[in-house]
Amino acid sequence: MGQQGQGQGQASTDQLIVEKGIVDKVSARFGEKVKVAYVKPRRIRFNVSKDHIIEFARFVRDELGFDHPISVAGVDYPKNKMIDVVYHIGSCTNNDYRSLVLSFAVQLNRDDPVMPTLTPVYRGVEYHERETFEMLGVIFDGHPRLERLLLPEDWADIPPLRKDFHIKGREE
Amino acid sequence: MGIEMERGRGGEGGEERIPGFELEGRDEDGMDRGILTLSVGPQHPGSGHFRLIVKVDGDIIVEALPDPGYVHRGEEKMCEYRNYIQNIPHLERPMIADSCGILYPYVLAVEEICNIPVPERAKYIRVIMAEINRCIFELYWLGIYGIFLGHSTMFMWPMADRELLIDLAEMASGARVTHAYFVPGGVRNDLPDAFPEKARRHLLYFRNRLKEYKDIFYDNPLFQARTVGVGILRKEDAINLGATGPVLRASGVEHDIRKVEPYDVYDELDFDVITMKEGDSFARAYVPWLEMYESVDIALQALEKMPSGPVRTKLGPNPKGAVGEVFKRVEAARGELAYYLVSDGNPKPYRVKLSVPSFREIPVMAHLLRGAKLADMPSIYWSMNYWPVEADR
Repeated sequence: MGQQGQGQGQASTDQLIVEKGIVDKVSARFGEKVKVAYVKPRRIRFNVSKDHIIEFARFVRDELGFDHPISVAGVDYPKNKMIDVVYHIGSCTNNDYRSLVLSFAVQLNRDDPVMPTLTPVYRGVEYHERETFEMLGVIFDGHPRLERLLLPEDWADIPPLRKDFHIKGREE
Repeated sequence: MGIEMERGRGGEGGEERIPGFELEGRDEDGMDRGILTLSVGPQHPGSGHFRLIVKVDGDIIVEALPDPGYVHRGEEKMCEYRNYIQNIPHLERPMIADSCGILYPYVLAVEEICNIPVPERAKYIRVIMAEINRCIFELYWLGIYGIFLGHSTMFMWPMADRELLIDLAEMASGARVTHAYFVPGGVRNDLPDAFPEKARRHLLYFRNRLKEYKDIFYDNPLFQARTVGVGILRKEDAINLGATGPVLRASGVEHDIRKVEPYDVYDELDFDVITMKEGDSFARAYVPWLEMYESVDIALQALEKMPSGPVRTKLGPNPKGAVGEVFKRVEAARGELAYYLVSDGNPKPYRVKLSVPSFREIPVMAHLLRGAKLADMPSIYWSMNYWPVEADR
């Protein structure tokens, strides 16, 4: 992968110590309830069930210092009958973790995608969750204002970022 | 009802109560009496195509409900129908004034998922262009910020100085604003031979010129009267609301992706992260001004250190990504700009999510406007560095 690859390789051997430390802290607290999806240089992903998501989010915010919400993305996997809701959280206060982005995903049943909102933990996710609601049809329980955000007010089709919605003229 | 309403409102003894209105301060619809709901926008009332629903009690805003979406174009859905290279031009459309900034993380993400090496010279060229583009953008924004606070000189000067930097961008890429200059594997073409010399000349002129903005704009008592102490964002709120870029740094958080997670060659260049602790509208306008000095320094250093060599890795016609996901972020002019890219091994991305700074400033804006005076709305709105087209994508 050339020079860039080498640079990342060097960083990864130093960095992965920090990342594995986070994984250890999380597994010490949650054990089997939280699964590690991957550990890469500066990127960690956990898969969390929706029953533990609030507890988990509070833990990473208060105990680990991941306090800066960056993004919430929904991904539709019709083959697995699943919708992933992926939260990406950075850290502004914990100097050891500043270069990291921690992501945790809730995997929801595609036919009944309901999960609790994380707005009480991160106020900044309010509009990201609204966007995920209208673009993928995920319902966030307890959200202060789960309404249409970007789509036209008279939108009368399925949520457009689901894979079975096709752009006009581009049906496959 | 209509008649009764009129009786209630008009007449000398306007306090007369009518049935159903017993509840103090509320009418029978549950509406607050004395609370007026205003719809600001979306027909570009100095806000871009964006609507704010503002509820005011006298001239105090009691609630502000941002209503974006008037310029939503479905960029994320469009990405799923195009291959990695075809996605380049449309992805810079949400923010044409900072097209390098919005394309940068996408290019980095594609390079990682498709495993594309980048020549050293291309990394330097990207940094130079990103910093020049940062200045172009900040000038554009400060100019509009100035004119909406009634300072027309502050509109004319930045627009004129911007041209010098746009000349540089045009010289490198061939386009004035939408450069589509960054590609996976480097940049589209090498710099012309005369570029470094001209860039040095323009950047040094620009750095001298920046000083004059302080005299005309930041030291101006009228500008200060409208911004100092207005819309104060506390540090904890800034972090929890997900504020980013100059907004975050103006609240005293030293967080710059170029420093905390350096990409390309930022770790080889010397620059400072600018912060201020005030967190008011003035600080949010002042931080970018100081940052432009740093940008000029970064670009000058990169021009000095730039090695010779190739600038682009030759790619096959239709590069395929590995199965997996990447999350890449850069410090664009408005703040942290991130792409979450999921690939299922096809030449087209499976899912692309743009996390743009403007979208992240929406809850911050709503938070700051609550309790502010209506007359402070423009100063708070423009200090947010909010761009409707970028937020809507």
